[in-house]
Amino acid sequence: MFPRPIQQSSTGAQWLYSIALPVALLLWLFPLLGVALTSLRPASDLAQGNYFGMPSGIAWENYIYIFTETPIGQYMVNSLWVTIPTVIGAVSLSLMTGFALAVYGFRANILVFFMFVAGNFVPFQILMVPVRDMTLQLGMYDTWYGLALFHIAFQTGFCTLFMRNFIKALPFELIEAARVEGVTEWRIFWYIVLPLMRPAIAALSVLVFTFIWNDFFWATVLTQGVDSQPITAGLSSLNGQWIAQWHLVSAGSILAALPPVAMFFLMQKHFIAGLTLGAVK
Amino acid sequence: MVHKKAGALALAAALMLSTSAFAQDKRVVTWNADYDPIPLAATEALIADFEAANPEIDVQLTNFDHEGYKNAIRNFLTADPPDLANWYAANRMRPFVEAGLFADISDVWANNGLTESLASSVLSSTIDGKQYAIPYTYYQWGIYYNRDAYAAAGVTPPGPEGVSWADFLANCEKFKAAGIDCVTTGSVAKWPVAGIFDYLSLRTNGYQFHADLAGGKISWTSPEARAVFAEFGKLQPFVTENHAAIDWQDAAAIFTQGKAAHYVMGNFAVGVFKEGGMTNDNLGFMVFPEITPGIARAEEAPTDTVHLTSGAQNPDDAKLLLAYIASAEAQTKWNAAVGQLPTNSGSTVDAADPFLSAGFASLSSATGGIAQFWDRDADAEYASLGMDGFQQFLVQPEELEAILERLEQARLRLFPQ
Amino acid sequence: MANATDTVAAAPMPRAASRWNQRKLAPWLFLAPGLFMFAVYVLWPIVQSISLSFYDWNGLYNRDGEFTGRFIGLQNYRELGTDPAFEVSLWNNLKWLVLYMLALPIGLFLSIFLNQTVRGIRLYKSLFFFPFVISQVVVGLIFAWFYAPNFGLFYLLTEWITGDGTAILADPDLVTYGIIAAGLWPQIAYVMILYLTGLNNVAPDQIEAARLDGAKGWKMLWYVVLPQLRPATFIAVIVTVIGALRSFDLVSIMTSGGPFGSSRVLSFYMYEMALGEIGLRMGYGAAIAVVLFAIMMIFISGFIWKMWRDETQR
Repeated sequence: MFPRPIQQSSTGAQWLYSIALPVALLLWLFPLLGVALTSLRPASDLAQGNYFGMPSGIAWENYIYIFTETPIGQYMVNSLWVTIPTVIGAVSLSLMTGFALAVYGFRANILVFFMFVAGNFVPFQILMVPVRDMTLQLGMYDTWYGLALFHIAFQTGFCTLFMRNFIKALPFELIEAARVEGVTEWRIFWYIVLPLMRPAIAALSVLVFTFIWNDFFWATVLTQGVDSQPITAGLSSLNGQWIAQWHLVSAGSILAALPPVAMFFLMQKHFIAGLTLGAVK
Repeated sequence: MVHKKAGALALAAALMLSTSAFAQDKRVVTWNADYDPIPLAATEALIADFEAANPEIDVQLTNFDHEGYKNAIRNFLTADPPDLANWYAANRMRPFVEAGLFADISDVWANNGLTESLASSVLSSTIDGKQYAIPYTYYQWGIYYNRDAYAAAGVTPPGPEGVSWADFLANCEKFKAAGIDCVTTGSVAKWPVAGIFDYLSLRTNGYQFHADLAGGKISWTSPEARAVFAEFGKLQPFVTENHAAIDWQDAAAIFTQGKAAHYVMGNFAVGVFKEGGMTNDNLGFMVFPEITPGIARAEEAPTDTVHLTSGAQNPDDAKLLLAYIASAEAQTKWNAAVGQLPTNSGSTVDAADPFLSAGFASLSSATGGIAQFWDRDADAEYASLGMDGFQQFLVQPEELEAILERLEQARLRLFPQ
Repeated sequence: MANATDTVAAAPMPRAASRWNQRKLAPWLFLAPGLFMFAVYVLWPIVQSISLSFYDWNGLYNRDGEFTGRFIGLQNYRELGTDPAFEVSLWNNLKWLVLYMLALPIGLFLSIFLNQTVRGIRLYKSLFFFPFVISQVVVGLIFAWFYAPNFGLFYLLTEWITGDGTAILADPDLVTYGIIAAGLWPQIAYVMILYLTGLNNVAPDQIEAARLDGAKGWKMLWYVVLPQLRPATFIAVIVTVIGALRSFDLVSIMTSGGPFGSSRVLSFYMYEMALGEIGLRMGYGAAIAVVLFAIMMIFISGFIWKMWRDETQR
């Protein structure tokens, strides 16, 4: 194990470590904690210049205000409308593409695979004008499905990489055996491979959920109004209206951050498994 | 029995009435707009008045948020055009006119005598001799000042005739000594700086210079342009230091708290100042001081407009509505509700509002001309490059040569000589 | 089942042929939906963007729905060569690329710091990872608040140290560094989690063997641990490069490229040109995107090349 376990060090070092840990964490999350505190500060504190002193009270009304007086609830619902179909779509498509690329040794295999991988890395800006134009032409501009369709397509790249490597690591004998039994390819996929994919599906679902929830660029490019804008773009336009009202900006920020944070803490193992794919051999 | 029958009859009659009302299908006029709540309410009232006078027409207003609208208009004009759309006059409407998306409404102007009643807006509504816009409101720019800040610094507040430029700058020294920003602004959105620059430019060289500069006809390295920056340089040390990181509303807070004495702004900011606790007693307004003696005074007054789209389904009724929007009566009512100035010379202004009256007086006596504002008089890209330069000068005045050089190159590229 | 055996017995040849055909066809059927979507939304738009970069187009169609662009050859690219805003963006992208790499050593340091088995360490690791999970929009707002003039923590801190507060987002020379620092926060968290996973898989026997040989501290890290972390480092470099080149969200939220364009990066400048208020210059925007794409292609090719090597070695 590296570094040497702290338990093997002197008591002084152990003592130091046990102090350093929370202090480092506090410093690390300092900006976030500041915003969390500000979100509960009454507006009057900010007006009087009391930004960091003792708050004069806990102002849950900041949260009530943004829910009742701004469309933030609608924005969050819009985000779900985009995020959930994207998760389902991208995971389903990539299960199939991943299966195709992992199991069959056809000639273009590696080419198709690399294309998915490379596409996953291209800068969004090179897609922006044509995708926006196409979405407009199809009458899907400013709709949740217009945005979700693009996300499904784009996320398929990353998901295919993941699924293909995951299926490659499954025992191939299972598939061979089934083929000898005369099981059709579709049934192999459905009854043999799919049940083994649960961890991969879980990992990808949480990852894609987080990516899409946090997406800002495409939300700006493909949606525009309260009716379909997701929370990231919505928060940005609310920020334009909440100038100098940091208690509201903070409360909105915390709300926007909550769902992916909850997702992360609930599905931590899968989340990290997905992110660190390829980090170990 | 009788009662019952009568009731049934009445019910049947009511049903027939309502179905006939449905069958009678009102003629629909669609209108896309980007109003904040107060002007939205005023517009809804305007529509109600129009519909009362024209019961066979149903006006359907779709309101967008202000920022999103700039983007949305490009989509709906081609994909799904309404009959009417809000936009801005002068160069800002040019791309849509040139793409054939806004329709020629010279007939509305001619048939309603608008060239007389909207005389001050003819130029900004016209492209290649045809009118493409109906102006219905504008608002003055000028200098708002905080009397409390004057008192705190021991400076005599300006009288009704304003102050001279030399006195203004001398006062700035006094404010600085008292720890008060003489002029505040918040330039994250860049346009507030353009307001200051425009006034310096109008006061140093006059209206025609402003128009030619915005039109790319004047070199940034010319002596006239340098003269504007020389005045800008005199003001620069007295402007709030971190203006580039704050919004204009943040700067409004600095102003209302008395930490700054002046704010070069449009009249729409009065609402924000009053929300910040100012009243007619300590908030003052003056026109921007004269710089070059004898130059006819020009003012900034951006005009908002409504346009007929080329894809309009119901152009005839839409034109009726446009004519109504142009009328003195409609403009008086709309602008009274919003606190802005009507463009129709036959309209009246609420005399009890000192800022509106001052603005009305300032604009009606502006013999030099009415400018739209830098970012409406200039082409969008040129405007943006210019505002980058103004903002940079206000942060780094020592970079003047580099700024002028860059702007001049942009001018030569966008306006090939 | 009985039926199936009958068929096999009765006609073995066609059956084998159909199975062979099936196996040849199956991958394409499985690929079809994903490939179709990917082609329509990713591959084809790349081609379209490249061709659009040779046009002057304001994004409008005329009333008949016809494209109104005008072919101008390489003029957009020629203009890029003399555009000071493009130059600033390119430089800033370079700053992003170089400084973002700081995420590697810092992330490695954090992961070593956290790679212990004391009580509650799992929670500590999650909380350190936290910034990566939240949206860049939120990160941008958090740091904008942190940097705010007159009352922001950073401003107060600099005021306390130097006597004169620094409004970092108003300062054209510092603004990009301020935004990069905000971007590093989640990026370090990501790299840290990559290295933590890597450290988990470092072969303990090698460490013990090295320890017996007297290796410790820096030497151990450099000669024994880091070589074993190579896969993690590789992924970390890739995601960091991509993160640096995708730096749109933070710039847009924190400064919109300002003051006077000093914090623009290519991704943001492209958006400004094509869709922003300056905008309507779709062709010019596409040309900027092509440049960004070309830069990214250098790294993508490197990644693909390494994958290719790994795949063929297997």
